[in-house]
Amino acid sequence: MKQNCSRQQLMARINEVSFAVNDMNLYLDTHPCDEKALVYCRELVQERKKLLKEYAEIYGPLTIDSTVWTEESVWKWMEQPFPWEKEGGCR
Amino acid sequence: MWNYEKRLQYPVNITQPNAKIAQYIMSQYGGPDGEISASMRYLSQRFTMPNRMAAAVLNDIATEELAHLEMVSTIVHQLTRDLSMEEIEKSGLGPYYIDHTVGVWPQAAGGVPFNACEFQSKGDPITDLFENLAAEQKARSTYDNILRVVRDMPEIADPIKFLRAREVVHFQRFGEALRSIQEELDAKNFYAFNPSFDNPCTASCEGCK
Repeated sequence: MKQNCSRQQLMARINEVSFAVNDMNLYLDTHPCDEKALVYCRELVQERKKLLKEYAEIYGPLTIDSTVWTEESVWKWMEQPFPWEKEGGCR
Repeated sequence: MWNYEKRLQYPVNITQPNAKIAQYIMSQYGGPDGEISASMRYLSQRFTMPNRMAAAVLNDIATEELAHLEMVSTIVHQLTRDLSMEEIEKSGLGPYYIDHTVGVWPQAAGGVPFNACEFQSKGDPITDLFENLAAEQKARSTYDNILRVVRDMPEIADPIKFLRAREVVHFQRFGEALRSIQEELDAKNFYAFNPSFDNPCTASCEGCK
């Protein structure tokens, strides 16, 4: 999975899993004792963490917490495009 | 406190600029039923929710609305990026261009600037939650109106459909939050007092001295 996953595919997977976390978050707010939902949400959160880490290692961090700290003295966060940018541009 | 993620909640990739559509969709950024209004409404109201569930629903939906206003402003930005002067003048975006060039600024489709009077924070959870139920439906109707215009433009319609669907989910969650508060009130008269202000109740309910 790791190698044959393009940047776009990995981002799409992060979006999907993160969306499921968002939706489970709201659902669990009003159904805090739904055991099936709790198990599902736990799996999703673990998967999201894993994917964010994988993305950060290959392409750079989407969140400050997933920054990979290396010997290079470069602020990797700044190199990441904002999500509205056109490819290859800054706007 | 919030943390930022450098991604959109749902991807937006618009390749064809369209000044007219930008002017319409702008309303869901800074218009009367737009995402700024939604987020600011829930962020303001959450402090006087009388139980943890209602406060959580407001807090977490307000947070998602921040992601939605980012999506809507991205749509507006991508629709106005690379516009020609001719298109700006022809489409009716001229007056907006004079004041903002193609910067993103919160206003309604008809040009009315964003204003906190688009929403209430009444300090009464029953009142506020009914407003929120209505707000989600009003936003859903606006997205329906937008969808009738952009139905043949999938790169615009797709994220708008996502946003519309979220209004429906939020409506459902607000309904559950409202029920959780009503269950803690006098079943004979939910409106006898303000559970966030009258403590113990000093309004119109029986037994108040």
